[in-house]
Amino acid sequence: MNLNLDFAVILERWPTFVDGALLTLQLAFIATVLGTAIGVLGAIGRRSSHPIVSRLCGIYVEAIRNTPLLVQIFLVYFGLASLGVKFSAFTVAAAALTINVGAYTTEIIRAGFDSIPRGQIEAAEGLALSRAQIYWHVVMWPAIEKVYPSLTSQFVLLMLASSVTSQISAEELTAVANYVQSDTYRAFETYILVALVYIVLSLIMRAGFWLLGFVIFPRRRRLGTPL
Amino acid sequence: MHKTLNSTTPSPVVSLKNVHKSFGTLKVLDGVSFEVDRGEVLVLIGRSGSGKSTALRCIDRFETIDSGEIVVCGHRVSDPKLDLRALRQDVGIVFQSYNLFPHLTIEENITLAPCSVKGMSRTHAKEEARRVLAQVGLEDKLHQYPEQLSGGQQQRAAIARSLAMQPKVMLFDEVTSALDPELTGEVLKVIEALAADGMTMVMVTHEMGFARGIADRVVFMHRGKVHETGLATILTSPATPELAQFVGTGL
Repeated sequence: MNLNLDFAVILERWPTFVDGALLTLQLAFIATVLGTAIGVLGAIGRRSSHPIVSRLCGIYVEAIRNTPLLVQIFLVYFGLASLGVKFSAFTVAAAALTINVGAYTTEIIRAGFDSIPRGQIEAAEGLALSRAQIYWHVVMWPAIEKVYPSLTSQFVLLMLASSVTSQISAEELTAVANYVQSDTYRAFETYILVALVYIVLSLIMRAGFWLLGFVIFPRRRRLGTPL
Repeated sequence: MHKTLNSTTPSPVVSLKNVHKSFGTLKVLDGVSFEVDRGEVLVLIGRSGSGKSTALRCIDRFETIDSGEIVVCGHRVSDPKLDLRALRQDVGIVFQSYNLFPHLTIEENITLAPCSVKGMSRTHAKEEARRVLAQVGLEDKLHQYPEQLSGGQQQRAAIARSLAMQPKVMLFDEVTSALDPELTGEVLKVIEALAADGMTMVMVTHEMGFARGIADRVVFMHRGKVHETGLATILTSPATPELAQFVGTGL
């Protein structure tokens, strides 16, 4: 056993790693924002009294949760291509990741909605609030505050899973690593570095979510207790 | 005899006529009728399962009825085309479990409906919040969260939240049942003050002493029917053996 590590040749390519990391963060950001929107709409849809709406949302969630991410990415990639529409690898990656995480956030947010006691909604109805006002003020905000830890974990997992989009040549962090290691023959060093960068990205995201939670949940900021 | 009734004789604020309601095969309301006039305090009593809470909840359309007629502040509650939000602007309801919104401060709990429903400005709504909180003796809790308050304080805040909508009638559904005797006392004092101010109220309660003190009229419900009704004096000299037994065990 002779372990011979040489990081110098890897580290001198740091700008490409920075580019890859930034692209990974961009993918994660887009999928987080759009995924949250899909999650809220999907959760409302799943709870809808309209059977077709709730069924459709259910099918979406189950289809995504029971197929591999890589296959979903290929389906979007080749599906769009066969329709004759040409999008960049980045756009396809962002779309596929959004569709994927939207299904998971739908389930998480639905669980949050379901956790709001019936009495809360009755109290709001008794105050003559409209359905939309009740959803916004009385159901959605406390629900999101309750599930915020699972929701943010899901988004960090998604950022890590975005490495799979290297398969369609989106130039994110893992794709950069693949390229560097084939160029330098320093595979082990490359992936050690990339693993460290992913850890940093995860920490950045967690810090970001912590700060965001601090801003949007004033009760939690003041009392420090979970809802 | 169309609209003349309204102008000449004051029509009751709440009126139930021959109301029937079943949950599946269980008949909870079996021809219930009563009226509440402006400024009157009506107390609904009866055993658990006698239908008193259901009757109260029908007034604010939290339950729909099978037959009969309910009119509240001119709204035909039993009409399927009822403007529900208009009804609920005129009716305030307070529940046993307070149901304050836990993620909002007391002030935000109170200003939410006036701002969202009535389009009141933030500043005006905040003044209003101060006024109603003073009414229930909680001016200093404006910026606290519900969980920082005791049960009695939470229930007073819930009453204040209803008052901020300036309802024409208030419904109280066993509002002290979750409280210990000391906290019950502070909530009942607030309700007494409201009654003294002339608020029209319908309340379901198990506090017989309180009912005797505050009620203009008592409705004793038994097996989904109004079994006995009259002035608060029926609590001390009941006419039916069922009420006698009920108040006997209650005292």
